[in-house]
Parts: sequence; structure tokens; C-alpha cells
Amino acid sequence: MKITVWGCRGSLPSPGPEKNKYGGNTSCVQVEYNDTCIILDGGSGIQRLGANLGSNYKEVHILLTHLHIDHTMGLGFFLPLYNPNINVHLWGPSTTVEPLIHRLRRYFSPPLFPVRLSELPKHPEIHELNNSKIEIGEITIESSYICHPGPTLAYRLSTKDASFAYMPDHEVTLGSANFPNEPDWTSGYSIAKDVDLLLHDSQYRTEEYAQRIGWGHSSIEDTVAFAKMCRVKKLELFHHDPLHTDDQLDEIIREFKSNQEVDVDFELCAEDRVYHL
Amino acid sequence: MSQQPIELILARQFADSMNMAAFLVDPQGNLLFYNEAAEDILGIRFAETGAMAVNEWSSMFTPTDVEGNPLPPEGLPLVETLGTHKPAHGTFYINNKKEKHVLISVTSIPIEGRPDRYLGAMALFWKSPGL
Repeated sequence: MKITVWGCRGSLPSPGPEKNKYGGNTSCVQVEYNDTCIILDGGSGIQRLGANLGSNYKEVHILLTHLHIDHTMGLGFFLPLYNPNINVHLWGPSTTVEPLIHRLRRYFSPPLFPVRLSELPKHPEIHELNNSKIEIGEITIESSYICHPGPTLAYRLSTKDASFAYMPDHEVTLGSANFPNEPDWTSGYSIAKDVDLLLHDSQYRTEEYAQRIGWGHSSIEDTVAFAKMCRVKKLELFHHDPLHTDDQLDEIIREFKSNQEVDVDFELCAEDRVYHL
Repeated sequence: MSQQPIELILARQFADSMNMAAFLVDPQGNLLFYNEAAEDILGIRFAETGAMAVNEWSSMFTPTDVEGNPLPPEGLPLVETLGTHKPAHGTFYINNKKEKHVLISVTSIPIEGRPDRYLGAMALFWKSPGL
């Protein structure tokens, strides 16, 4: 499984020279395995991905964790949507009442976007997921609702060789009465348990999170504790706050490591990073 | 160890944070949690009972109707909700574990997750004034 990060910034694209190291594009991760191409989220990073996809794939699956704008804003600029020779499948969370296609049409319509879904040369196929298990090619995908405002899914992708979990927006401690001591009562545990690689929300410092409880994101400290609880082999801190520069992010991690013993293999995720599992 | 659905995780946290008694069960009726206010009424701490099957918790407090007749499990609002997936309400006596005869009113609701997953039920209850 080859995993490429095309965007790992949270909330808002925030390019600039002070963010070159970790990147300014919002959530988008590509997973390739044999003939299968899966894209996790359609943040602004999907534009570069689409431009670099070439003619390698005739079928592409985009799995949306949720429909907040930083995870969907790049969809209209994804070139394969304008190529009738490529089948694009869009997967996303079910809600109680409104079908996914209706919610996607809000983005693909004026005044937010000039091109409607029905005007694309080939209408993408829309699929709804909840707590589901599906197969795409030789990849098994498990999805589960997790703590974040609005219907939001986490994904676990598994092959016969490796497993990878993706939860870019997740407030891991919100529903837990005794975090991190009750795995079965912790949001996201079943998705992240024992994976080789976890990309997880870590938008805030501990003191920042204290002022933002309920906003749907996690502190670095809680994310590291969650990774330890789930016994993940490698943690990549994802969804960096758009106000944090490269220097600030490096300083936050230095400070975090100096204040406590950390026995989890982790680092800050960066745009263009590639993992081979 | 498998993880509970997020709806039940949040329901338990909701119950845990409330000052009114709450009792949470899974779709089969297995007790998952009750809070401090429920402990006060039932006369026993959740840590002492742990998980229980529906046939255990529905009889351990020897419920009786207001005329003193024994109430079968299916006469309890929460058991009714488990069967119908609909809200239910009732008032009846229990003998709590501190050997007090307590009149309680119970309202139970099903817990259904997106898009249509039945995940269990929650009962909210309180001491009723004497009849």
C-alpha cells in the first residue's frame, strides 16, 4: 500500500513561505494498491493530485470523511471529474434525512461553484456509508462514525499486508469518561486498533484545546495517548492549525517531547510525504 | 475488545453528566451503564453490578405495580421499548438494594443512529411522590 499526502492542513488552506515544510493544502490523501486508487477527502490538496494522476487509473474512489468545506473544497478542481474516460466514485457519510447526493449538490451549484454535478461529462457514482465494511479492489475498507460535529466517518484500509487508519477530524476525548483507559468506550478505537499507520487530528496544543472543547478536534497530547491506547505502530499528526507556522509546529513538538516521556513513534505529517506499508 | 458505537459512547457520557437517573442498555437489553443518580435510587453502585442481562436487571429490584402486584419484565417501560423500539412510560414500585420500597416513574426511549441503526435504549427515571 502506497500512501501519499497531498494536504494535511486543517480548516483552511494556508499557503505561504512560513508553511512550506508542512504544507498549506487541506486534507487529501491518496492510497494506491495494485490497480486500485482511493482518495481520502477532497480538500484543496486534491487539485494537485488530480493534475498528477495522469492516465494511470480508469477508476478512482473518493472517500469523504465528512462534508465540511476544508474536506470538499477541492472536488470541483479535480480534473478526472472532467474526463469522461475515468469513472469517479464518491463515497460519504449517511445522514438521517438528506441523501448524500443532495448535500454534494449544494457545493456543485451557484453561488459556491459554477458547474453542477449534472453538467459534468460523466456523473460520478454516489455511495453512502455508515458503520460499514466494503471492498474496493483488494482493499478492505471499514468505516465508523466518530466524534466530530455533523456526520463524520473514520476509515480503516486493510490489505493482506498492512493496515492504515485515517481520522483527520476527531475529538477523541469528548465522549470518553475515563480516557485513555476504556478503549471500548473511546470514539475511533475499533478503526485505529493495531494499525501500521494512523493519520489523526492533532490541531491544538493542550492549552488551546481547553478553550475549544466541542469544536471537533484533538490536542497533540490526547492524540498521542489515543495512539498508544490503540497500539498503532506509527502515528502521523494531521490537520495542523492554519495559524501554526512551520517553526511554531516544530517548537510545539519540541516542547511536548521535553515535557513528558513519549513511547509512541510519531511525527508531524507533511504534504508530499509518502509511506509504503 | 470491540468498541461501542459512537451514539452509545455519547449516550453514556450524557447520562454520566446528568443529575437525573439514567439507565442505558444495548439492543439485547444488556445493561451498559447507569449513573450516580440512578445508583442513589436503586441503592447499589454500577461498579457493584457490572453488566447484566435483561432478565437479571428486570427482576432484581422486584418491581410491583401501584397495587402491589408483581410486574413481569415485559411490563417495564424499558423492556417494552426494547421490544417495540418506541418510547414508553410507567410508574411502579421497586425494592431497592437498601431495602427501601420506592415509587419511581420511568420514561424510556430507543436509541437509533444514522441512518437507521437500532443501537439500544435509555431509561430516565425519578422518584415519584406517593400516591
